[in-house]
Amino acid sequence: MSLSETIHRANEAAAGKILVVDVPLTLESGAVLASYRIAYQTYGRLNADKSNAILVCHALTGDQFVADTHPITGKPGWWTTLIGPGLLIDTDRYFVICSNVLGGCLGTTGPKEANPATGQPWGLDFPVITIGDMVQAQVALIDHLGIDQLFCAIGGSMGGMQVLKWATAHPDRVFAAVPIATASRHSAQNIAFHEVGRQAIMADPDWCGGSYFLHDKRPERGLAVARMAAHITYLSELALHRKFGRNLQDRNAISYGFEADFQVESYLRHQGASFVERFDANSYLYITRATDYFDLAAEYGGQLAEAFRGGNVRYCVISFTSDWLYPTSESRVIVHALNAVAGNVSFVEIETDAGHDAFLLDEPEFFATLKGFIEGCARHRGLS
Amino acid sequence: MVAPGSRVLDIGCADGALLAHLAAEKGVDGRGMELSQAGVNACVRSGLSVIQGDADNDLATYPAGAFDYVVLSQTLQATRQPRQVLERLTRIGRRAIVSVPNFGYWRVRLGLLVTGRMPHSSLLDHSWYDTPNIHLCTIRDFLTLAAELGLVVEQAQMLDREGQPWRLKAESEAANWLAEQGVFLLRRAG
Repeated sequence: MSLSETIHRANEAAAGKILVVDVPLTLESGAVLASYRIAYQTYGRLNADKSNAILVCHALTGDQFVADTHPITGKPGWWTTLIGPGLLIDTDRYFVICSNVLGGCLGTTGPKEANPATGQPWGLDFPVITIGDMVQAQVALIDHLGIDQLFCAIGGSMGGMQVLKWATAHPDRVFAAVPIATASRHSAQNIAFHEVGRQAIMADPDWCGGSYFLHDKRPERGLAVARMAAHITYLSELALHRKFGRNLQDRNAISYGFEADFQVESYLRHQGASFVERFDANSYLYITRATDYFDLAAEYGGQLAEAFRGGNVRYCVISFTSDWLYPTSESRVIVHALNAVAGNVSFVEIETDAGHDAFLLDEPEFFATLKGFIEGCARHRGLS
Repeated sequence: MVAPGSRVLDIGCADGALLAHLAAEKGVDGRGMELSQAGVNACVRSGLSVIQGDADNDLATYPAGAFDYVVLSQTLQATRQPRQVLERLTRIGRRAIVSVPNFGYWRVRLGLLVTGRMPHSSLLDHSWYDTPNIHLCTIRDFLTLAAELGLVVEQAQMLDREGQPWRLKAESEAANWLAEQGVFLLRRAG
């Protein structure tokens, strides 16, 4: 069995449901994917008039396993606290869909998958994809499921970007939208951090110009460093300090060397090491690039408000006080643009010291807000 | 003062009681703005469309005529730029409903005169050092500002201590002495 075939089969086994789309997809870059695959998971049941579908969009390094056990790590899905029978997003009432994004590495077409032209993994021959391209692929999935209008699109961080894209590019197909801890475009600082990660991967000799699979290698050190740097941006200084301070790891005194003396170092090394087990380095390059390129206002002459004009989507924008990666000011930009076209928007800033990652954690006030918004929308949509 | 089925923005909507009432009783399409996280969360939790923000900073972004009514209840005196806020209210709302505590109310005047200390009343119940009310005015002051801004006072309701309507003309000397607060329905002239 060839290497790419092995990868393919491993993906197939791990990825869950897979939709193969044979209608060519023209990407924003102009490149065309003749066919592509979308790996996804669903929870709950679609009701008779197909009005109870909630699309959950995952963040940068997330995946489709939002509410069930992850096939590689064996850990619970990334939003099992929120989604399930009787939970906030109640799968007894709603039909929840989560798909692996285009460019991802858990079953959906991405740089790890076989290029039909060569039979080998795409590597850097994979075309650069955008948030808009990810959403186009999701549209194909939602079409396939026979759903005209999503009851709700919801997601944090990069997932929030997808939500914004869905609601502005397809306003008739989204009843309610919840962009969480996100932005309408990346700041220079966001791009800068991503560039550090990409350079760490590309500086790893095992990256092999992106064709590491052909050399039976993986740039694990580079990818781990990328994850370590990114992980710092997901937490707040206060949370890091509270968790670790300057405490030493398994020792009573500093070693006068470069071992992981401090707990925080040991923690980051662990984060890096566990990440490389489940994520592909090239995917990381492509997906970070997609978020850097995202600029919702750009295609509306630089006027963000124009992106929202004419839409009838009910928005709930949520930010967290200690999130310095996508600070509240970025959410306010979105809210003000929605105000400028008299859009229907709720906006809540949740007070927490958990940083950007707060949207993945058990934050009671966040959950209560989300629950109230979804229930309010369900009443308006006649789903109660 | 609010017509059924209209679009209303309630600024400083607290827990959304007015919005919920207007939605239930008059089928109003309501939006809210509230400063406190607790208030906004309570509103969103109960299904209302409310954003976290304040009158000084978050009104500029709305387009002209976005709402039929903009309501600002007992908040103007707590804004940094009341003149600008009043201008914006009457730009984004075809009509604005504004209520203000009357600093000319006789108890307020007497309190300062007799005790020599900053007045306390049910509407002005903070100590001078921690009050959010930084731009207090009398009924007469308010009407003067409205006139300067070219606003038409379509209705004015003077309220007594119990919040009951008082049959007094807003422009009268008596109103400026006797009303504890005034509620005004405003629009731009022309």
